[in-house]
Amino acid sequence: MSELNDLMKAYGEAGGDKDILENNEIAHLVASGHKLLSMKSVEGLEIDAKETLTGISAEVTVKEGIKIKNPIHLCFGVLHKKGTQKIRMDVRLEKESYAHFIAHCIFPKAEKVRHLMDAVVEIGEGAEMKYAETHYHGSYGGIEVVPKSVVKIGRNGRYFSEFTLIDGRVGTLDIDYAVDAGENAVTELTAKVFGHASDDIKITEKVVLAGDNARGLIKTRVALEDEATAEVTGITEGNAAGARGHVDCMEIVKDRAVAKAIPIVNVTNPLAKVTHEAAIGSVDKRQMETLMAHGLTPEEAVDVIVRGVLT
Amino acid sequence: MLELKDITYVVKGKTILSGLSCSIASGEVHALLGTNGTGKSTLAYLVMGCEGYRPASGEILFEGQIINGLKLHERASIGITMAWQEPVRFEGITVRDYLTLKHKEADPSHYLEMVGLSPELYLNRMVDKCLSGGERKRIELASVLALHPKLAILDEPDSGIDMLSTQDIIHVINLFKQNSSAVLLITHREEIALIADKASQICRGEIVCSGSPREVAEYYKSRKCLVCEGEVCNE
Repeated sequence: MSELNDLMKAYGEAGGDKDILENNEIAHLVASGHKLLSMKSVEGLEIDAKETLTGISAEVTVKEGIKIKNPIHLCFGVLHKKGTQKIRMDVRLEKESYAHFIAHCIFPKAEKVRHLMDAVVEIGEGAEMKYAETHYHGSYGGIEVVPKSVVKIGRNGRYFSEFTLIDGRVGTLDIDYAVDAGENAVTELTAKVFGHASDDIKITEKVVLAGDNARGLIKTRVALEDEATAEVTGITEGNAAGARGHVDCMEIVKDRAVAKAIPIVNVTNPLAKVTHEAAIGSVDKRQMETLMAHGLTPEEAVDVIVRGVLT
Repeated sequence: MLELKDITYVVKGKTILSGLSCSIASGEVHALLGTNGTGKSTLAYLVMGCEGYRPASGEILFEGQIINGLKLHERASIGITMAWQEPVRFEGITVRDYLTLKHKEADPSHYLEMVGLSPELYLNRMVDKCLSGGERKRIELASVLALHPKLAILDEPDSGIDMLSTQDIIHVINLFKQNSSAVLLITHREEIALIADKASQICRGEIVCSGSPREVAEYYKSRKCLVCEGEVCNE
């Protein structure tokens, strides 16, 4: 129990609500390293999780027509300075179901930690999934995070994902998400990352608008300072009539940080439309002046602008 | 309160303001009239201390102290602030946060109501591109009111695609007066200038006429400016 207490303490310190473990109406899955510490399900939700040599393997199914009222909490972490955690998730939302997942990934003392996430998600016809993943990595920067997910959205399905890593060091981050959207499907992928010191960030997000009238948005917000680097690739393919997609990338750089944005749009159907915008630059001068005219110091103004972009 | 003494501002060899002198008393509303390109906004940026706007010669005095060397935020800290002609948008900042940036204890609802916006509808909205030009201008004016400045520079609050009406401007100016704030009101519309306590007309970077708002407005309307001989003022 002590490892669970330690993890939940770190979870609380990172802004999480520790009481979720005691609430019978809230489903959760908590794992430290390759140890499965706590798991709870609710009606209409099946969680089959087991420990592997290096992590956790879980199959999560939301049954047909079931709308899960409260968010499902996933809490993964490595509390030691060194270690590897591999998470394999197979998530299936059956027809007309709904679930909101909140994932907290906590590595407060990471000096040499690897966190690998490999997820396969299937959204059934008319089903909707929201997935919010927040990371806290501590101040050492000795962590490598490699989240991969492959998502397939059925007809009229909806998938919304938000990845946030704005407190503490990033370390090395290599996100690789791919979403295939069917007829009338809607998806939004959002990533917000703040890199410091020698953090190295790579984000690749791909949306294939495969079905008629499918819609997709890739929104990336990255702020960098010191010597941090980032490469953001947002790919949208419009392959069906009426498909609408947009890639929106904004990166703010300070100090000696280096940012690269690669928006790729590929349209194979003349009735599809995909647009993109990418902006990299230092903090906007007019925004700075406006905030300073409100009495903020230059440092306070930069902080407000960067935090706003990452909110 | 504010005294501009013989201000000259030159950029890339071109003189934008030439020996300009002007003063604004404490609590006074001073309208600065002029057509486009005459140096009105440049003067505003010089008083505010925006980056790159330093007089080549002359002095800017605020409450008796020369402030030429003060940076923008330092001028804000002594009570000068500004509402830009086209206020910028901010991603991820709510109207509530924007109105309490400096004074966390301020009641943002109060200031929104002052500019005719419903707190219920606006407090949790973002100060981003989803706001119309007119909404953004009202929020900017509310934020300036919330600062209770000694001097508020209002750069063409009546201009833009979604401009505020003359009645709106009069209402806002009265609010600044109630706050005991002095106002430098920059405008190109003589009817707006009439609500001021004093007015000046600027042309080609010089003050060409100064006095009561009615006199200056009449002079401006007649387009008899001797500096440009009508070339600029008749545009």
